Amino acid sequence: MIIRRPPDLPTAEITDEALYHDRRRWLAATAAAVAGLAVPRSAAALGQGQDDKPTPYDVVTTYNNYYEFGTDKSDPAQNAGGLKVKPWTVSVEGDVKKPGRYDLDDLLKGLPTVERVYRMRCVEAWSMVIPWNGVLLRDLLKKLEPGTNAKFVEFTTLADARQMPGLRYDVLAWPYVEGLRIDEAAHPLTMLATGIYGKPILNQNGAPIRLVVPWKYGFKGGKSIVKIRFMETMPKTAWNLAAPNEYGFYANVNPNVSHPRWSQKTERRLGEFFRRPTLMFNGYADQVGSLYSNLDLRTNY
Amino acid sequence: MTSPSPRRPRRGSLQSTVVRWVLKPALWIGCLAPAAWLARGVATLDLGADPVKTLTHTTGLTALILLLLTLTVTPARRLSGVDALIALRRPLGLFAFFYATVHLLIYAVFDHRFDPAEIAADIVEHPWVLVGFAAFLILLTLALTSPPPVVRRLGGRTWNRLHRLIYPAAGLAVLHFFWLVKKDTREPVLYGAILLLILASRFFIRPTRRPRTAAPD
Repeated sequence: MIIRRPPDLPTAEITDEALYHDRRRWLAATAAAVAGLAVPRSAAALGQGQDDKPTPYDVVTTYNNYYEFGTDKSDPAQNAGGLKVKPWTVSVEGDVKKPGRYDLDDLLKGLPTVERVYRMRCVEAWSMVIPWNGVLLRDLLKKLEPGTNAKFVEFTTLADARQMPGLRYDVLAWPYVEGLRIDEAAHPLTMLATGIYGKPILNQNGAPIRLVVPWKYGFKGGKSIVKIRFMETMPKTAWNLAAPNEYGFYANVNPNVSHPRWSQKTERRLGEFFRRPTLMFNGYADQVGSLYSNLDLRTNY
Repeated sequence: MTSPSPRRPRRGSLQSTVVRWVLKPALWIGCLAPAAWLARGVATLDLGADPVKTLTHTTGLTALILLLLTLTVTPARRLSGVDALIALRRPLGLFAFFYATVHLLIYAVFDHRFDPAEIAADIVEHPWVLVGFAAFLILLTLALTSPPPVVRRLGGRTWNRLHRLIYPAAGLAVLHFFWLVKKDTREPVLYGAILLLILASRFFIRPTRRPRTAAPD
């Protein structure tokens, strides 16, 4: 079932940015915190159980984790401007009927474009709501025709030291690699994004093409993808290699499985002051739960 | 924390005048600057995409830096021979405690709605939170035993021994920072190195032997 706009994010609820910037809410929240300290738990509402307003564009484009441009949240917006994203070549390899080096425009040619408003939950326990533009990965898979032994898809992202100052530090084993099981890749929620808020995606958000898997922690969404490989074995992904006890291959959003160092039960939606509960599979359990019916999510975190 | 000031600087000496009328006011301005910056950010809604994180991180980092600065007072005094510098130690330590307290309050209010059960669970479950909380408890103890009457009551020797706890507090604070970062540990490691350097300096820069007095500071 393909949802043009997921029903839990109706357009009508999109609040304009002016309201987001409303200082009253700020002051009210601060006053409540300072004066009260006795904020009634039920009135926890300030953060909780509320709607999913899209996060303002300037926040989405200035608060980023893209370590190739630096590890501070503001680094990518400052350092990614010079990245050359046109022309862009994506190499398709492995067990697939139509391998090759594709110009990005050719790769996406003929695929229906979609617009999706998705929650994005970072493993660091903050979250956003982002209106994406792009294509469904499943449509690309149909075009490329993976072979019968293609159980996984691996995404390799750009690692160009001349353009990416963050590569000077081996914080992670560059290049950044992410991967999905083939059925996850073919799921109708999984997309390759080329735009945000109807505009071409900015470099700091992963231009010109990036992965978006809304029920998984944000780090699964590899940015500036240069290689797609179909393979029989599970790809070795960057964060899993860096700290296997903290970051698994699956990385499904799961409030019941803590990060070894911090809780994943709650999250702070950027722009809000109090935390809200984190939802199983980031609120997409109805759509994706069946993918994992035979998997122990505690050991396969 | 360290051996008490062996003798009170004579009132009116040039050194104590400079400390009192130049360094101390500078210390107050410097220590209040982060709070003023944050207050301005709150008033103008200019604390970045995640204001609570900015508040938490800035207050935590300021507390750590002030803690380290507190620890440099004694080596600086021994190196320079300016005994009057000791007058900076208590305000620095108390400002560190002030920022640590604000840091803890922001965490308690915004992250846990001041729910004691939830906070207790978080402390027990996550070593990162536990070490931060332990550091705070030490600072609380040191702050409560800072007023001169309390110092006199404890006696110099006991006070000194008790206030050596500032070293474990600083160590726990660095560890708290270290466990918080996802992968890029350069910044907490830098503060850890500074702490080790200060600690090592205690063995290289010996106090000059002078007659002891009963009360510190």
